[in-house]
Amino acid sequence: MDKKPTYKQFGEKAILVEWQAIIDDEILNDILHFVEKIKASKEINCIDLIQGYNSLTIIYKEFIENFNEEVALLKSVYSSTLKIAKQDYFLWEIPVCYDLEFGIDLQEISKKSSLEIDEIIKIHSETIYKVFFVGFLPGFLYLGGLNEKLFFDRKPNPRLHVAKGSVAIGGKQTGVYPQNSAGGWNIIGKTPIDFFDVNTPNPCFAKAGDFIKFNPISLDQFYQLEKEIEDEKYQLIKTLQHA
Amino acid sequence: MLKVLKPGFFTTIQDKGRVGFANLGVPVSGVMDTYSADLANSILNNFLQAAVLEITLGSCKFQFLKNTIICISGGDFSPTINEKPIVLNSRIQVFENDILSFGKVNFGVRCYVAVKGGFLSELKLQSSSFYQNITQKSIVEKGDILSFKEPKESFSSTKSLIKIDQNHFNTIRLDCFKGPEFEMLNEYQQEKITTDIFTISNDFNRMGVKLNEIFANNLPQILTSAVLPGTIQLTPSGKIIILMRDCQVTGGYPRILQLTTSSINRLAQKSTNQKIKFIVI
Repeated sequence: MDKKPTYKQFGEKAILVEWQAIIDDEILNDILHFVEKIKASKEINCIDLIQGYNSLTIIYKEFIENFNEEVALLKSVYSSTLKIAKQDYFLWEIPVCYDLEFGIDLQEISKKSSLEIDEIIKIHSETIYKVFFVGFLPGFLYLGGLNEKLFFDRKPNPRLHVAKGSVAIGGKQTGVYPQNSAGGWNIIGKTPIDFFDVNTPNPCFAKAGDFIKFNPISLDQFYQLEKEIEDEKYQLIKTLQHA
Repeated sequence: MLKVLKPGFFTTIQDKGRVGFANLGVPVSGVMDTYSADLANSILNNFLQAAVLEITLGSCKFQFLKNTIICISGGDFSPTINEKPIVLNSRIQVFENDILSFGKVNFGVRCYVAVKGGFLSELKLQSSSFYQNITQKSIVEKGDILSFKEPKESFSSTKSLIKIDQNHFNTIRLDCFKGPEFEMLNEYQQEKITTDIFTISNDFNRMGVKLNEIFANNLPQILTSAVLPGTIQLTPSGKIIILMRDCQVTGGYPRILQLTTSSINRLAQKSTNQKIKFIVI
C-alpha cells in the first residue's frame, strides 16, 4: 500500500475515499480501521458507509455544506489514534456440492483450461478467501484470493436465472449467489447455506474482514444438509481468527 | 384497509427506504419521486417517512374497506372516486366501499397515494419499501389488502390551493455533479456528455434508466466501488445507465455523473422517448 487515501465529493450527500486501485489485504485493513474510527467519532454525521475493494463512501444525513471542511474532519479522524473496539473476525466453512448436477459450467471451463474437473474443485476448495465487502445483491460477498489458475471470463451471454446458492467464478472473482437472480458467472457448484435471511437479527453472517472456505460435499450430503437447514438443525462452522 | 381490485403495471408500497444497511448489500429503495411523495404526506400532516402507494402509469383500481382521508400527488392519471374526478394535491375524504381508480395518463410516470397515518406494511430493516427477498411482497397484486388505521380526527379540507412547479414534470434539464470518474473522459467527451440531448429507452424501472444513445468511449472498468441512486454509469459498449432508488450498492462501471436529488425526482416522472440533458452545476 503506497500512500494515504484521496477524497472526492460524490453528489450532494456523499464523500468517496479512495486508496490505490489494487485488491490488497493491507488496504482492506486500513478501510476497516477507518470505518471503526468513523463509527466511534461523534463529529461525523454519517448514516451509511459503503465499502469497495479500494474505497469507502461516506453517506451523510444532510447535504454537504463545505466539502473541504468535511474532508479535513475525515482526515483528522483517519489519522487519529482513537481507541476502537477490537473486532473479531471469523473463518466460515461453507459446504459446497460440486456435483455436475449443480456445477453446470464445470465441464466447459475444464475443456477451456487444461484442468481436470477434480483439480478445479481441489484448487477452489483449498483456498481461504477473504471477504472484502458485501454488494451487488443483499448478502453477496466479494471475495479475494481466487487462485489465478481459476480465472475464467464471465459468460458472453448472462443467464436469466441463476439459482440461489450457486457458487460461481467470474473473471478473477469467485462468489455465491445469495438469491435467484440473473448472472453471467461460470457456475461450479451449489451450497445449501443461506447467505441472506432478513428474518434473523444479523441477516448476513459474514462481514468484511472475515474469511470463507468452501468444503466439498456429495449430492447426498447436500440434500441432507438442505433438510437440516430447513428444520433449523444445522449450525455453520466458524473459527475465530487471530490477527 | 384498501382492497386491490386491479393492480396496474407496477404498484408498490414505499417509504423513505433502508438507510444504514449497505454493509449487507441492501439497496436503499424508497419512493422514486420524494418531492411528490413528501407533498402527499405533508398535505395530510403525516410524517414524511409514512408509507405510501407508488403507482406507475395508472390503470389500477382499489376499494376502501374503511373510512379515511387520502391525498394523491405526482403524475396525473385521472384519478376518480366512484367515477367522479378528484383533484391532486388536496385532502380527499373517502368512505367504506368507495372505489378509487386511475385511467388516462395526463402527465408524469409515478403517482403517490397517501392515507392519513400512512399504510401499515411489514417493516423489514426499518422500512416497509417493497424489495424482492427483503419484504414478502415485491409488488402489489390483485386481491391484496393494504392496511391503514382509521383516523380519529375529523376531515378538514385543504385550506389553500397547492401549486405544483410544472417544471418538475416538463423540464428536460437534469442537474448533476461530476462523478468520481468524470475526469477519465477526454475533453471532447466531457463537453459532449454535458451538451448533447439524450433519449430515455424503453428500459426504465426502479433500478435504473437506460438511454438510447451510444456514447463511444474506451474507459476501463473500475474496481467495484459504491454506486448511489442518481449515479450515471458508462459501460464499455457505450450504454449510459442512470441508477435509481432500487439500485445495487456497488458497481464496476465508471461513474461519470451524479444527479442531484431533485433531478432524480424529475427523472422518476419521465418515460420512453422523453428527452433529457445533463447540466453540471
